[in-house]
Amino acid sequence: MAQVNLEGIIKVYPNGHQAVETTNFNIQDGEFVVLVGPSGCGKSTLLRMIAGLEDITEGTLKIGNRVVNDVDPADRDIAMVFQNYALYPHMTVRKNIGYGLKNRGMPAAEIDAKVQDAAKMLNLTEYLDRKPAQLSGGQRQRVAMGRAVVRDPALFLFDEPLSNLDAKLRNQMRIEIKALQRRLGTTAVYVTHDQVEAMTMADRIIVLSEGRIEQIGTPSEIYHNPASIFVASFMGAPPMNLIEAQADQGQVRINGYDGLMPAPKSVIGPVTLGIRPEDIELDSRGSVPFRVDILEELGAHRLLHGAVGGQPFTVMVGKDHSARIGETHITLKPDALRLFDVETGKVL
Amino acid sequence: MKRAGFDNIWLPVALLLPQLMIIAIFFYWPAAWALQSSFFLQDPFGFGSTFVGADNYTSLLGNNQYKRIAWFTIVFSVLVTFFSLAIALLLAVKADKVIRGAKTYRTLLMWVYAIAPPVAGFLGILFFDQSTGPMTKFFQSFGWDFKLGVDYNATATAMVIAAVWKQIPVNFIFFLSGLQSIPRSVREAAMIDNRSATGRFWQVTFPLLAPTAFFLLIINITYALFDTFGIIDALMKGEPGNNPMTLVYKVYLDGFRGNDLGGSSAQSVVLMVLVLVLTVFQFRLVERRIHYT
Ligand SMILES: Nc1ncnc2c1ncn2[C@@H]1O[C@H](COP(=O)(O)OP(=O)(O)OP(=O)(O)O)[C@@H](O)[C@H]1O
Ligand SMILES: [Mg+2]
Repeated sequence: MAQVNLEGIIKVYPNGHQAVETTNFNIQDGEFVVLVGPSGCGKSTLLRMIAGLEDITEGTLKIGNRVVNDVDPADRDIAMVFQNYALYPHMTVRKNIGYGLKNRGMPAAEIDAKVQDAAKMLNLTEYLDRKPAQLSGGQRQRVAMGRAVVRDPALFLFDEPLSNLDAKLRNQMRIEIKALQRRLGTTAVYVTHDQVEAMTMADRIIVLSEGRIEQIGTPSEIYHNPASIFVASFMGAPPMNLIEAQADQGQVRINGYDGLMPAPKSVIGPVTLGIRPEDIELDSRGSVPFRVDILEELGAHRLLHGAVGGQPFTVMVGKDHSARIGETHITLKPDALRLFDVETGKVL
Repeated sequence: MKRAGFDNIWLPVALLLPQLMIIAIFFYWPAAWALQSSFFLQDPFGFGSTFVGADNYTSLLGNNQYKRIAWFTIVFSVLVTFFSLAIALLLAVKADKVIRGAKTYRTLLMWVYAIAPPVAGFLGILFFDQSTGPMTKFFQSFGWDFKLGVDYNATATAMVIAAVWKQIPVNFIFFLSGLQSIPRSVREAAMIDNRSATGRFWQVTFPLLAPTAFFLLIINITYALFDTFGIIDALMKGEPGNNPMTLVYKVYLDGFRGNDLGGSSAQSVVLMVLVLVLTVFQFRLVERRIHYT
C-alpha cells in the first residue's frame, strides 16, 4: 500500500513526439484512480512511466514517498495487468502466478500456498495445471489478475484489462476487480477509454486529452460539474447537450429561440450552454419548444433526439413517459445548467 | 470448409507429373543406382563390374582413414552447429534491442547468406592467406604458425570459421523474427516479475524461441554435414593431402578422383541413412513441437 505522487512529469518519445505534458497529481493510499480519455491521449504512456516500462523525460515520480524515476520495474513494488493479459505461454497457470514470487526468493512451499489462495479467490483452482492457450479469455484475464494479487504489491496498474472481453463478462469482471481492490486495500491506477468503467470503478477520475489533464475529480464531480466542454462531451452516454447561446447579466438565451432563462453565472456575450439529457423534462406547458425527430427505446428509459432552436438536442425520459415524434415543449432544470467559454471551452 | 475437387482423375495426375518426374529422375533413380553399385566392384577403366556383396561396407568399417574422417565430420558438425547458432542468437538478441522493425540491418546481414559456398570458401582463402590474410595474422599473433592447406589443425580451424560465418545470417534472421514475434507485453510482464535480465532471457524469451531453435538445429546439422562441400573444397585448394575433410567430400574424392565407384556408393548409402534418421528425428520434433498461443 502506498501513495503515488507525480510532480511535473513530462514524456517526450525519442522520435520527438510529446505524449504527456507537464503533469501533477497525487494518489492517496488505497485509492482507485481511473485515467480516462480518447485513444492516443497518453493514458498508457503515463501508466507505463509509473510502471517503469517507459523512461520519464522530466519530473519526479514517487511511490510510497520513494523517488522511483531510476528504479527497475521489478523493484518498484508494483503489479501490472495488461490489455492482452501478457501471460507466459509456456508456463502453466500455477507457474504464471508464482513466477514473480519465485524470482523474489520466496520458498517453494510458501509460493504454493499463496498461489492456491489467489487461485481460490479467482475461481482458478481447477485450471492451475493448464497452459494459457487452454483457457478462455475470461479465465486468462483472471490469471493475469492472480499474477498481480499474489504478489501483494503496493500498487496495481491496469491498462485496459477488460477491453478484450465481451460485454457481459466485462460488467462482471468490473465489479470483481473493484471488490477485490476494496478488500485488499491496494492503491490502483486503472487506464480505460470506457467511461462507464471510469464512472463505476473510480474513487477519482483523471480525464486526459492530448497529453494534458482536463479534470481530476470524483465520478460525480466529473459528471455533474465538468471542467470543460471536452469533459462534458466525453463523459456520459448520451453526452451532455451543448448548444450555442447568448448570456446577458444573469440571463441566457438559446440561439434560434427568443425565450430567456436564468443563467447560473452573470456573464455577457456568446457562451456554450450545457445540460445533461436527464435534467430536462417534457412539459407541454414548458417554456422551450422542442422538436422530436427520433425516438430511441432503451427499455428503462427513452432518448428523444431532436432540435432546440435549430440545434441538435437530446432529452432522456423515463419509460412511463409517453413520447411522440413531433413538436412539444420542455423545461430545463435551472440548477443543472452549465455555461462554458466559447473560446477556451472551460466552464464559466 | 469447402473442398475443391477434380471430376477427372487425369488432370491432377497430369499436373503432378512434371514434379514427380523431377523427383524420380534426380532423386530416386540416383539413389537406387548408388544402392546397386555399392554392392559391386567397378573396373577402374569402366569396362565392367563384379558383384562383391557387402564387401564395400565391411571394408569401410575396417578403414581407419574413414573412421578418422567420420570423427572429424562429427566434431566439425558439432562445432559449426553450436557456434553458428550461438553467435547468431547473440547477434539477434542485440539487434532486437535496437531495431524493432528496422529492416536495413537485417538486409545487410542477409547479404552474407546470398554468397555461394565456393565463393565463401574463396573469401575464406583471402582471409586465411599465408602472407596477407588478416585471420592468419590474428592467429600468428598468438604464436601459432598458421598454414592453411598444409597444417591439419589450421585447415580445420579455417573450415569451421568459414562454415560458421556463412551460416550465421540464416540463423540470425530466424532468431530475430522469432524474437520479434514475442509479444512486447509478455517481456514487459517479465520485467516486472524478474529483475535479472539473464533470468528473463532463459526463463521467458528462450523457451518462447525454442520452436525456432529446434528447427534451426536440424537445418544447421544438415548444413554442416552436406552444404559445406564448397567451402571445404575451396579451403583445401583441391589438395586433399593431409587436410581434414567431411564424409560428403570423401564420397566425391573416392568416386570421382579415385574412381572407386563401389566404395564411394557404399559411403553415400551410409549418408543417405543418416539423412533418413535426421528427417525422422525432425518430423518427430515438429509433431511434438508445442504450438503456443
Ligand atoms: N514508442 C513510441 N514512440 C513514439 N510515439 C509514441 C510511442 N508510444 C506511443 N506514442 C504516441 O504517444 C501518444 C500517446 O500514446 P498512448 O499509447 O499513451 O495512448 P493511449 O491513451 O494509451 O491510447 P489508446 O487508448 O489507444 O491505448 C500517441 O500519439 C502515440 O502515437
Ligand atoms: Mg493505451
